Amino acid sequence: MALSGLDIYKLLPKTNCRQCGLATCLAFAMQLAKKTLAIEKCPFISAQARAALEEQALPPIKLITLGSGDAKLEIGNETVMFRHEEKFRNPTALGFIIEDNLSDIEIKKRLERINQLKFERVGQVLEVNLIAINKNTDAKRFLEATELVLKNTALPIMLMSSDLSALKQAAGASRGRKPLLYCATKDNFAQIAPIAKEFQLPLVVVAQDIDGLAFLSKELNALGVNELILDTGAKSVTDKIWDLTQLRRQALKKSNRALGYPSLAIVDKADFYEEAMEATAYISKYAGAVLIRGTEAWEVLAILTLRQNIYTDPQKPLQIEPKLYPVGGASEKSPVLVTTNFSLSYFTVLGEVEASKIPSYILSVDTEGMSVLTAWAAEKFNAESITKSLDKFGVQDVVKHRNLIIPGYVAVLSGDLEEQSGFKVIVGPKEAAGIPAFLKNLN
Amino acid sequence: METQLVLEKWAGAIYTLSIGANKEEGGSRGNTVKIGGESSLPLLFKEGNIPNLPAVAFEVWDTPPQDWDEGLVCAYGDVLHDPFAWADKCVREFKAKLLCVRMQGSHPDYGNKGPQEAAKFISTLLSKVNVPLIIIGCGDDAKDNLILPACSEAAKAERCLIGCAIQDNYKTLVASVLADGHNIIAESPIDINIAKQLNILISDMGLSLERIVINPTIGALGYGLEYAYSIMERARLAALSGDKTLASPFICFTGQEAWRTKEAKSGPDHGVIWEVITATSLIQSGADLLVMRHPKAAEKVLAYINTLFKK
Repeated sequence: MALSGLDIYKLLPKTNCRQCGLATCLAFAMQLAKKTLAIEKCPFISAQARAALEEQALPPIKLITLGSGDAKLEIGNETVMFRHEEKFRNPTALGFIIEDNLSDIEIKKRLERINQLKFERVGQVLEVNLIAINKNTDAKRFLEATELVLKNTALPIMLMSSDLSALKQAAGASRGRKPLLYCATKDNFAQIAPIAKEFQLPLVVVAQDIDGLAFLSKELNALGVNELILDTGAKSVTDKIWDLTQLRRQALKKSNRALGYPSLAIVDKADFYEEAMEATAYISKYAGAVLIRGTEAWEVLAILTLRQNIYTDPQKPLQIEPKLYPVGGASEKSPVLVTTNFSLSYFTVLGEVEASKIPSYILSVDTEGMSVLTAWAAEKFNAESITKSLDKFGVQDVVKHRNLIIPGYVAVLSGDLEEQSGFKVIVGPKEAAGIPAFLKNLN
Repeated sequence: METQLVLEKWAGAIYTLSIGANKEEGGSRGNTVKIGGESSLPLLFKEGNIPNLPAVAFEVWDTPPQDWDEGLVCAYGDVLHDPFAWADKCVREFKAKLLCVRMQGSHPDYGNKGPQEAAKFISTLLSKVNVPLIIIGCGDDAKDNLILPACSEAAKAERCLIGCAIQDNYKTLVASVLADGHNIIAESPIDINIAKQLNILISDMGLSLERIVINPTIGALGYGLEYAYSIMERARLAALSGDKTLASPFICFTGQEAWRTKEAKSGPDHGVIWEVITATSLIQSGADLLVMRHPKAAEKVLAYINTLFKK
């Protein structure tokens, strides 16, 4: 929990010496609490007070980097329990488990499928993040499989083996890619720690309960391993949600450093639907990384879309630049459709216009990222703002006609808009899905 | 070594609401469905009571849907042209415990059926199936004010859930629901203040807060789901902290929203997973009642709910 101004004041010299530039130590403490000034401004601060203040400046959940280079990914550094309190920051890493006892051909095939799991939605690219190689046979095969994976994907990797000599060998071979090691337990932590330390690799810690995790994380810290990810092992979805919630609360509400790390949840379900329901539950509820097996595009798209929704900043709706967008080789005769600059509105309209195969213009009006009805209610999407956009983007010069298609839900704007803009208003469909049929019947 | 758990203690609880009345209660339903009653955040069983499982209602229309996606049409087949056969299939084949009837046929653009016809439809439906009913208007305010009172009367004492009341149009429906012993759905446009306000307005007319279900108007997965998700979380936190005017269960029209999306229409499994993930994600933020369309999606979600609640 963050220290208050008064808590900080107690740690200061209380001499009101003014060296920091403020009149009193209390005033300085208030600024420190707001993080507008740095502790260095006080020349008389004690070492103990400095340590306490620096400790509190650390993020409550450590930021952990997976992989290296372009494909690297950061998880952790979360600050709230609910997204409306601010936002969720670093989207859950979605990874896939690959068994090392599959044939080389099968492994390559799976990787090929996984490498193609990339989707564009509302102007963002949704990607998967991690490949976990699971040891089933011997050290030689584990190393072979690891090398095969390294060669066939740019994604960060994770090495899963309880045989530590096999793990060490594969870790050594892949150290340049900063693999995530799995896993430290109460039985092996003293042996696995030197491997993580030697290669400077992040390490998954597994214990059935949070006491066990807290114990292990302290022991590993003492052994010099500080990049950790916490996992409470296989259990029911409900128990897992409880654990993930508790871990987040421990870090945020109690500043429990031993549990201030991102968490991992492994889903083990053969049915794609069950797998997706479980994976999305963990994404909603605090997991830093989730591993699955299924590689069907329709399943993974649903999971990644949910992740995109949950990790969208509630204060900043996804928006696009307001302007006149030509679609499909639009000409001076092409119809002009009006919508907002809320990404979801624009991209939904764009998708349907593209599907219609009729070259058109889409005029995206600046509604500060509000959707059609919200913007209309807030008077950001009305005759004035649409007329302003028409002028600003020179629609009169771009097209020869004077027709304007508006969303069906704002049909009431027609009269005012015709009067102010001089365009003839045509009321379009209420739902974007109706656009192709509408455009085809336009003439 | 013992880590002290961080436990939330809540002062409030969500109202429990019962849909359907059996013979002892003056109705004719074979079963009733209880929702709400929780005094903890979703799925956090260790911090309070979560007495009722989220319920799933199958959506049925009084007229053949014209624009339903092929994926849905295939799942139901010919019965879509006969509402009673459709309802019967949901109950017998898909084991629906609750139906949500949309009176689409009364919409001026989709048949424009009058109140008498609507009332007759409800009476017949009640005689053909014995599960509880949710009754939804056609979406045209003026028309709904004519047909919903008729439907309400036709289902008197069956303790249906009827909707949707909105801020600009709630009085007629509240009066009917009060007179005929039903429950009401209060719809607000992804806005916690309006949800609260409408609940107060409705209870001011004498319909107690215990008989209101909030429809927070959800968006589907990928189509603004996160807005309702967070509104529901905020409302639930307020309710658990003691705000009785927000202590209503939530109803989410997941089928309707999921099947409007482009993704749902792009392949056989796509629509089902889109509806499934829309539904289960909202369970996480407090959904008590899911109105669903695809039988396979409903089956998957029901099975998941059962695993979540397995003690």
